[in-house]
Amino acid sequence: MTTENAIDCRKPFAATLVELAGKDDRIVAVCNDSVGSSFLGEFKELFPERLINVGIAEQNMVGVGAGLANAGLIPFVCAASPFLTGRALEQIKADVAYSAANVKLCGMSPGFAYGELGATHHSIEDIAWLRAIDGLKIVVPADARQTTAAVRWAADAPSPAFLRISRTPVPDVTDASEIFEPGRAQTLRLGNDATLIACGTVVWRALQAAKILSDEGLKTRVINMASLAPIDADTVIRAAEETAAIVTVEESVPRGGLGGAVAEVVVANTPVPMRMLGTEAFAPTASVEDLYEHFGLGAEQIADSLREVLAR
Amino acid sequence: MNSEEQARSVRQLILETISFAGLGHIGSDLSITDILAVLYTDVLHLDPERPQWPDRDRLIVSKGHAAVALYSTMTLNGFLTHDELMTFAQRDSRLNGHPARAKLPGIETCTGPLGHGLPVSVGMAVGARIVNADWKTYVVTGDGELQEGSNWEAIMFAGHQQLSGLTCIVDRNRLQQGALTEETNSLDPLDAKFEAFGWDATVINGHDHDALREAILAAGAKPRVVIAETTKGKGVSFMENQAVWHHKVPSADQFAQALAEVSATR
Repeated sequence: MTTENAIDCRKPFAATLVELAGKDDRIVAVCNDSVGSSFLGEFKELFPERLINVGIAEQNMVGVGAGLANAGLIPFVCAASPFLTGRALEQIKADVAYSAANVKLCGMSPGFAYGELGATHHSIEDIAWLRAIDGLKIVVPADARQTTAAVRWAADAPSPAFLRISRTPVPDVTDASEIFEPGRAQTLRLGNDATLIACGTVVWRALQAAKILSDEGLKTRVINMASLAPIDADTVIRAAEETAAIVTVEESVPRGGLGGAVAEVVVANTPVPMRMLGTEAFAPTASVEDLYEHFGLGAEQIADSLREVLAR
Repeated sequence: MNSEEQARSVRQLILETISFAGLGHIGSDLSITDILAVLYTDVLHLDPERPQWPDRDRLIVSKGHAAVALYSTMTLNGFLTHDELMTFAQRDSRLNGHPARAKLPGIETCTGPLGHGLPVSVGMAVGARIVNADWKTYVVTGDGELQEGSNWEAIMFAGHQQLSGLTCIVDRNRLQQGALTEETNSLDPLDAKFEAFGWDATVINGHDHDALREAILAAGAKPRVVIAETTKGKGVSFMENQAVWHHKVPSADQFAQALAEVSATR
């Protein structure tokens, strides 16, 4: 599944950050030797004094971010998501969230985007880890447009936040005029038979699955849940009330991830048959495209899963 | 109140608070009392009426378990009332067992888990340089705490950045929770380690106020570490250098004796 119009979300991330930094000199970027992989080259060129590269030291990187926020700056702390979240988890908890430091944690290249590099470099646990931390907003943009909107929101919002910035190119699926709002999901496709709730760049795959199902007469609602914390509970409850089943789709571990977050709302309000698709285990050695197939995240596979839940 | 008078009052408040609350890290509190007294009396530019005044100096007490020493010092400097100090560790008190920023203005960042203060202080010092501010950054760490690798990431980067606006004071009492640092995972030669990472290092007696003042206020082109050689439980004869007094609470008789000893000091 590839498409000509697909965009690597790091591009709009970096372009928006540069644009905002040009207007607001409080915006600084912090990274761990990841100027290249975080697409911060232009930022470094234009604002060299505001690019803080701490070297390969993620715990210090997040602590430095918290200190910069204390000094009145707005730090965007950028690193490959597995190392940002895994290595510096206690700094994220204590220095950023518990200290209410105005730090924007930018987890680059999450999910299994690093393909054959293997499970050490896959960031499939990040959402589950971070969702357990009080006070941290979690944003998983679906495409380039929503990445831009999320960066704009993050620069303005005086609160700790995690942005999950994909490197796997996808076409735009959201509306260019949308402003990002935490706690508000978007319904990208209407339907009252069943619901797909997805986050991140697999939203595009969920939409493709819905098209396949629609051709068979199964009207499938597709919800883009870019705000994982806080989650849009009302939209989940409506889907549970109005449709016969919910399947969640994510490029992360469903236990504690999007699947878990949706299930928590469903179970407490309107129980409905569910299935949670995502990365259930450490990946085999495989390309990104093969890993989508391996984890059942191809459009046909998502459609199959939904049919199975409805047939239960 | 000069720093010596303040330190004596802080020791009295530490004993009173911990006895009243029934918990606290008494040995660690008495160890850093003189360091904090000198900082608050003669070094830090702070305003208790405006604890988040943007141009204030920044202080992080990275060894957050010494919270009672910090709260007691803040009380004597107008940030807290004595009544509130006595709420330490009580339900819904702003005075958590470890200092919490969102609960108490004047706390710059949450500490308690060790190895967090130095990286945040480095970020503050980098930030001050970016915004061309005159304020300085101070961080007090334990010595056992320096076994955490995050500190060395921060020390390395501070040296690389030549953060002259940053001063670290190490409370070098040579005891960690259960044993001597040098028996557990040795730190010596600590000054040479910092120097190798691009810092200026000074070793002084951490209970000598003149020495503390001179070392902390010295200016240079590099980040500065003051290795303050201290005695855990300083001022109370039966607590000094006793690992068991890391977080033991004195009995009524012990409290009376301890109070008499710290009140008579100097």
